[in-house]
Amino acid sequence: MPKVAMRVNGRAVSGEVEGRTLLVQFLREGLGMTGTHVGCDTSQCGACVVHVNGVPVKSCTAFALDLDGAEITTIEGMANADGSLGRVQQAFQDHHGLQCGFCTPGMVMSAAALLAENPTPSEAEIRTYLEGNICRCTGYHNIVKAVLAASGQDPATIAAE
Amino acid sequence: MPKDGIGAPMKRREDLRFLAGDGRYTDDINLHGQAYVWFLRSDVAHGRITRLDTAAAAAMPGVLRVITAEDFAHAGGMITAWQVTNRDGTPQAEPKHPILAEGKVRHIGEPIAGVVAETLEQARDAAEAIELEIEELPAVVDMAAALAPGAPKLHEDIDSNLCFDWGFVDDNKAKVDAAFESAHHVTTLELVNNRCVANAMEPRAAIGLYDRPMDHYTLYTTSQNPHVIRLVMGTFTLQIPEHKLRVVAPDVGGGFGSKIYNYNEECFVTHAAKLVGRPVKWTATRSEAFISDAQGRDHVTKIQLALDKDGMFLAFRTETMANLGAYLRLFATVTPTYLHGPAAGGPYRTPVAHVHVKGVFTNTVPVDAYRGAGRPEGSYQLERVVDKAAREMGIDQAEIRRRNFVKPEEFPYQTPMAVVYDSGNYHATLDKLLELSDYAGFAKRRAESEARGKLRGFGFSTWVEASGLAPSRLIGALGARAGLYESATVRVNPTGGISVLTGTHSHGQGHETVFAQIVADKLGIDAGLVDIVHGDSDKTPFGMGTYGSRSAAVGGSAIAKATDKIIAKAKKIAAHLLEASDADIEVADGKFTVAGTDKAVDWATICLTAYVPHNYPMETLEPGLEETAFYDPANFVYPAGAYGCEVEVDPDTGAVTVMRFVAADDFGVVLNPVVVAGQQHGGIAQGISQALLEHTVYDESGQLVSGSLMDYAILRAGDVPGFTVDHSCVTRCEHNPLGVKGCGEAGAIGAPPAVVNAVVDALQAGGYGIKDIDMPLTPSRVWAAMHEG
Amino acid sequence: MYAFDFVRPKTVAEAVKALAAEDAQALGGGQTLIPTLKQRLAAPAVLVSLSGIAEMSGVSLSGGTLTIGGGTPHATVAKEARAAYPALAALAGGIGDPAVRSRGTIGGSLANNDPSACYPAAVLGSGATIVTDRREIAADDYFQGMFATALEPGEIITAVRFPVPEKAHYEKFAQPASRFALVGVFVARTGQGARVAVTGASADGVFRWAEAEKALSGGFSAAALAGLAPPTGDMISDLHGSAEYRAHLVKVLTGRAVAAA
Ligand SMILES: Cc1cc2nc3c(=O)[nH]c(=O)nc-3n(C[C@H](O)[C@H](O)[C@H](O)COP(=O)(O)OP(=O)(O)OC[C@H]3O[C@@H](n4cnc5c(N)ncnc54)[C@H](O)[C@@H]3O)c2cc1C
Ligand code: FES
Ligand code: FES
Repeated sequence: MPKVAMRVNGRAVSGEVEGRTLLVQFLREGLGMTGTHVGCDTSQCGACVVHVNGVPVKSCTAFALDLDGAEITTIEGMANADGSLGRVQQAFQDHHGLQCGFCTPGMVMSAAALLAENPTPSEAEIRTYLEGNICRCTGYHNIVKAVLAASGQDPATIAAE
Repeated sequence: MPKDGIGAPMKRREDLRFLAGDGRYTDDINLHGQAYVWFLRSDVAHGRITRLDTAAAAAMPGVLRVITAEDFAHAGGMITAWQVTNRDGTPQAEPKHPILAEGKVRHIGEPIAGVVAETLEQARDAAEAIELEIEELPAVVDMAAALAPGAPKLHEDIDSNLCFDWGFVDDNKAKVDAAFESAHHVTTLELVNNRCVANAMEPRAAIGLYDRPMDHYTLYTTSQNPHVIRLVMGTFTLQIPEHKLRVVAPDVGGGFGSKIYNYNEECFVTHAAKLVGRPVKWTATRSEAFISDAQGRDHVTKIQLALDKDGMFLAFRTETMANLGAYLRLFATVTPTYLHGPAAGGPYRTPVAHVHVKGVFTNTVPVDAYRGAGRPEGSYQLERVVDKAAREMGIDQAEIRRRNFVKPEEFPYQTPMAVVYDSGNYHATLDKLLELSDYAGFAKRRAESEARGKLRGFGFSTWVEASGLAPSRLIGALGARAGLYESATVRVNPTGGISVLTGTHSHGQGHETVFAQIVADKLGIDAGLVDIVHGDSDKTPFGMGTYGSRSAAVGGSAIAKATDKIIAKAKKIAAHLLEASDADIEVADGKFTVAGTDKAVDWATICLTAYVPHNYPMETLEPGLEETAFYDPANFVYPAGAYGCEVEVDPDTGAVTVMRFVAADDFGVVLNPVVVAGQQHGGIAQGISQALLEHTVYDESGQLVSGSLMDYAILRAGDVPGFTVDHSCVTRCEHNPLGVKGCGEAGAIGAPPAVVNAVVDALQAGGYGIKDIDMPLTPSRVWAAMHEG
Repeated sequence: MYAFDFVRPKTVAEAVKALAAEDAQALGGGQTLIPTLKQRLAAPAVLVSLSGIAEMSGVSLSGGTLTIGGGTPHATVAKEARAAYPALAALAGGIGDPAVRSRGTIGGSLANNDPSACYPAAVLGSGATIVTDRREIAADDYFQGMFATALEPGEIITAVRFPVPEKAHYEKFAQPASRFALVGVFVARTGQGARVAVTGASADGVFRWAEAEKALSGGFSAAALAGLAPPTGDMISDLHGSAEYRAHLVKVLTGRAVAAA
């Protein structure tokens, strides 16, 4: 079987995979990192979003072998060095931006990607950017608040119209 | 007061693991030596299996066994939990629901065989090698067609496709007819409550494990109610005694009703683990979820409202056909009947009402409870017809509601629908809505929209629901086959930490935080001392799980009751240590004090004394500090709310944009305002999603046309604005110890009619004479309705 | 997914060679192909990933022509074409969601030619040229109906050359579930007149709306369209919208696109 090597959350990893092994399978089954979730089979839900070389990617829609040598960040790599929640994660807890937690890893990764691109997004920009992340629990209200807060903006500004 | 007691906005503790990627959902669990199953499912909606040859598949690489209905010859069908009685006194029809198809397939996606193999792909490869021939039979998808004489019949063992013909309250029928005769005005509305696919973000999964020496089974599953699964699957279907079966529902990624039922796949992996001698794992793909998860709603209704000249409601009657799909799942028959009928009365003083429902089998995926279960269907028709009546009679939408509301002083209020509303203040929530939504400023906003070429509408929905399932004696009289009490064990450890074991299950609701607040509040200790354990039938006392907005009202009450028992015993220990009478002991801030003195012992001392009973009233008290309580509610709880939705409609495209959504709810006592608001948001989003987007479409042959997220739309972040939610109007529940009502389903019940009424309002204001339009209000449907003339 | 071998060549030449193998198929960003493989609707023996081919990626402007490498992801086009061809950049930035745009490529989109895809409208609406490993194909010759193109087996789109129009705009009305175009209209005013390309609406895939082009060539304003009947032809009818609705949207969106250009 072919071999793949990449860096995941700063750690060099490698393993044997098949041609058809998806990045998410390599993470979950190969590396035992089950923080990244699979919520669909049509690339729509975003539960599986990770960062590949700094940009958001649906790990269910990328082959591990295609990412040989890539730098991957997953939800498990978002905490601070001391193990406490990172900025975006903490904002999600502070603003009740999650309920069942299933969409959460993908949401946090997408939100972090947005903030890397656009440090102070507007509410509309946040909502548009999260287009590919479905949450069935929260109605998005508190997710948007959390992202606003993580960007240092006042989450109370979220409002109708 | 402890800082994280009842009412405190405590941050959720479960979030720490979810945010770190450390959640443990069923698919995250891998057992040593596990094999995988792939199901061969029917690709036709109705047919006779004429050939099923698994020999070639069984010989494929990696295959451990191909399992078919024959392997379940010993097993019963999957059961339904409620027996509805027909109007003529006979029981509902209950055809067998087999785990794997027995000779016939009745809906798309029905499992026919399961291939267990070393890897999932091998199982799937082999499933393709199964030789299957199905003689296709004509399918019925439409309910009227299914009931027509000569319709293709799904089940040979029953007379027709009719499951039940039920009337509620049938005694009212004559009075209702009389009221209609004398009415000044009658408003009639025919509508469809669209079928929804729950689509919890975590697809269902199940792992079966069998311990041969102990003859013991374990099932890990994505369930809202592990004990219920153990009871119904073990006892009725697989015939495994409960002590030989453990059901674990670890972290579960949302349920919304779709994870209540005991599913085919759960039964399959449990038994398959024994057949192959290995753990067997199944994880649904989303595509499989669309054809195997129970779906929701799907009612076709005609409702009529009789009014006097002042717009006072005299009576209403409704005729509904409820699509049950091909088989009965657990709550299939109670949802369109007893969960639907009482809610159809709403917050109004309508003196008499009659609800008539026919449950119909069709060649579609089985339908069962979905967030709100029956109550959204009831509220939707009532709030739509009230809206229409107000338009027809020229009465303001808020006014017609206010006039007809049960008055605050009239509680407890006996409705004509057999239930008694214990408390409420519908005027207060409506006033709150008008204030928060700036209803007075609507005309100005409408003018602004019009200046931009958009039509603007405001829609109301004032609703009440019966939740907090459920008083066992009452539901037993109505046909329930189970009780719906809840259990809790409060286990105090020797050094003062507490484990609370609950029979409910948290899959997003935040029990691990909120339930700790209840115990902390009562004992006056830090919530950090309290942990909540749920989801494992081996650990928690027998309980009924989480649905029907019951966890706080029933499960929380059980915890309160068990904590009261702890306090009673702790007082005795304190009394002994303080040489006082236990009647004189008061509890506050974690201290047990002799009233009026400064003599006190702290919590830690009490706990240690209970477990190291050197100085202890051994003659009258057992050592230890652990109590279990079962709480059976005296009544349902009746949360209520007033919702306002403001939309803009683009007349060129029919696109609807939600501009504002305001919810003023009365949930009784609020245990944690942040968690409650989260439930409001989520429910409202699901309601808006049903109203605008969710479209489950079967073609005539029973194929599911909208069978993936490519065609089945679910609300996204960009589809809605922020919501304004309020729960400051509080009337305590009069019969449970916490004073709480349910909040989990509220939004899904109240939102859809508000959205649709808003669109109707916008279109009418724009001069389009539309009285009627059905969900989902997709742009194309709205545009078509505008141009039908 | 069925099993396959995976190769990741470094040059177009190597890729062409790899694609000559039996049942070999190109992999762009995989945003269409991978879901298809998951459903077991395709069974290639070899997947030839184009993601490692540096010469196929990038955006460059020369004269009035913007050239986009066939392997360039949508996100890169959204960013790097913004100054030179804002309408195209906006279109790319509106495809799917950020994660899809990180991987999905222009070459993959055009090779696939989904009847609801966005890029085909821009390519046809701009009169672009598809450059492959072996030839150049004018947009008008390239699209041959739903999921059908002029590409030969094993042919790789290495670049797309867009003549930058004077003005242009893409107006998309999203299908509520997939968020592809229920209808999308790309309008451009060029030296040779107006072009109007419509995606999402027709069962024949992307098409040019000749009557609208004619009307706009007389005067590039929404008012010029007022008298036009919606286009006829084989409009798609499905649960998201009837043929009549789609035809109506084409007209509405064309007007909006012209006004916004
Ligand atoms: C959630 C989601 C939303 C989307 N929304 C939109 C949308 O709004 N609008 C839209 O237009 N698209 C949308 N897409 C599709 C997206 O744009 C895809 O990127 C595109 O259709 C395919 O590009 P790809 O690079 O991923 O190709 P692949 O999926 O890798 O390949 C697609 C096909 O093209 C072939 N191919 C790939 N590259 C080349 C090449 N260079 N030369 C020749 N053949 C090649 C492959 O063999 C395959 O047959 C969406 C996709 C998803 C998953
Ligand atoms: S799992 Fe749904 S997009 Fe990846
Ligand atoms: S928190 Fe449950 S899906 Fe988002």
